Amino acid sequence: MSTNTRAVAAGQTRAEVRRHRRRLPEGKRAERRLGWLLCAPAVIVMIAVTAYPIVYAVYLSLQRYDLRFPSQATFIGLGNYAAVLSSPYWWQALKVTVIITVFSVAIELVLGMLLALLMHRTLFGRGTVRTSILIPYGIVTVAAAFSWQYAWTPNEGYLSAAFNNSAPLTKTVTAIAIIILAEVWKTTPFMGLLLLAGLSLVPEDLQKAAKVDGATAWQRFVRITLPLMKPAILVALLFRTLDAFRIFDNIFVLTQGGNNTYSVSILGYDNLFTALNLGIGSAISILIFICVAIIAFLFIKGFGAAVPGSAMGR
Amino acid sequence: MATTVKQRVGWGSANIVAVVAALIPVLWIASLSFKDPATITDPSFLPHTWTWANYRGIFSSSLFTRPLLNSIGIGIIATFIAVVLASLAAYAVARLDFPGKQVLIGMCLLIAMFPIISLVTPLFSIERALHLFNTWPGLIIPYIAFGLPLGIYILSAFFREIPWELEKAAKVDGATPFQAFTKVIAPLAAPGMVTTAILVFLFCWNEFLFAISLTSTTAARTAPAALAFFTGSSQFAVPTGSISAAAVVITIPIIIFVLFFQRRIVAGLTSGAVKG
Repeated sequence: MSTNTRAVAAGQTRAEVRRHRRRLPEGKRAERRLGWLLCAPAVIVMIAVTAYPIVYAVYLSLQRYDLRFPSQATFIGLGNYAAVLSSPYWWQALKVTVIITVFSVAIELVLGMLLALLMHRTLFGRGTVRTSILIPYGIVTVAAAFSWQYAWTPNEGYLSAAFNNSAPLTKTVTAIAIIILAEVWKTTPFMGLLLLAGLSLVPEDLQKAAKVDGATAWQRFVRITLPLMKPAILVALLFRTLDAFRIFDNIFVLTQGGNNTYSVSILGYDNLFTALNLGIGSAISILIFICVAIIAFLFIKGFGAAVPGSAMGR
Repeated sequence: MATTVKQRVGWGSANIVAVVAALIPVLWIASLSFKDPATITDPSFLPHTWTWANYRGIFSSSLFTRPLLNSIGIGIIATFIAVVLASLAAYAVARLDFPGKQVLIGMCLLIAMFPIISLVTPLFSIERALHLFNTWPGLIIPYIAFGLPLGIYILSAFFREIPWELEKAAKVDGATPFQAFTKVIAPLAAPGMVTTAILVFLFCWNEFLFAISLTSTTAARTAPAALAFFTGSSQFAVPTGSISAAAVVITIPIIIFVLFFQRRIVAGLTSGAVKG
């Protein structure tokens, strides 16, 4: 630390602080300061975009605040929450969101595991498979959603034509099935790649030893591969469950939330941009945030999913 | 290991099923984009008559070209800033010992799981007050914030693998600290930064909810958002062809990335989740 002659006025207190700090070696202190300095820009941006707005959302959610009459904003306590939680729209949206989340994640887990096994074990064409499945992962969700929408449009789409010119997007159950299909197609590759990474950590020797001992392929998978892959599976499930719960793009394009196919995110969006109600919209935002926090908590505490990055600091 | 014909056929057909399932929806939208407006209501998978009309249509109107430009500009600026800031933080996480490191990692995890819809309402209100609504910075700043956790994860995993003793060795051999950094460390860190840049750019390119909520005109609206509100290149045209052509155009960069950086993308996607 350079000596500073300007600090005469504050000299007394500063000297005390220095004496106190001197317990740490000079190098350690410089390292700390550098560490904080390097992280500061990233931390500031992240706080500005997430922490501050979420606190502001809590404040907004306690107000009656209609964008058309901004001067009439008044504090109404938990009124907005009561309004949302007693509304059938919220519960319908939550039901749809949970159904889509559970089905798409379950299907993705099975298909993703098959895909991972294929990429791990196939005899040839591994690179081609990997390249092809990265396209669904990378493609803009909205573009893919339009492809599915047109495919299921009567008199226009090949899939609709293949199913007796049906119009599945106009009925609740079939529309939700197609939303799940679009979601599964788009995100199974991600699941597959995460599981593949877990699969490659399973030692080959164990498999061979079990084979010598006469274990069948299925027994080896259930008794050796699955238990060793548990951490990778839990992380993949955690990521995908939270991601599926936030579903927005696919529904926005496929049905616009019509026929009772709206998710909680669609409901929140509509409340802001069609009802122009900041208070109710913020209450929905906070409720979704709480749902996501509960899901994450259940995975991490309940199932013991290792928090990704928890080993990073070591 | 000797392989039987049966095994080869089995794995071969499994490969084909995976590849076809992955590509069919992409081929379908590409096919639609080449159908001429008169036959677009023909459900055959391939067009009977091929036409470039849909592409000419979207590129002759600023309804698509302007959002495309916005997407490219916003994506590149946000990616650049996010990679720089994430590199600084990741270097600190990988190399330095300081209190608060765990807090930073926890914060990254929180943001990676954050429901974007929860931020839309407050950010809409804040950005309108700060006159950031419907501007490039209005989208760039949230994109940086959501790119950072990804960047810090991937880069700190990469940085930990770098043999930092090489830096010291170079200095012993007479290199200046600057030379040691540019000639030894930077080339080793570059692959990680490229991987991060690709994944952050893909996130910005793909993002939809912020893009429709924090913009109102083509001044800042990105291509996916514009696509969803497309009504055709002219008032009377059926939008299917135009939307399909625009969807194909915004898919091209992704296909290029995937073809050239397949290994990097896979390594980046899995490093945060497994190594972490």
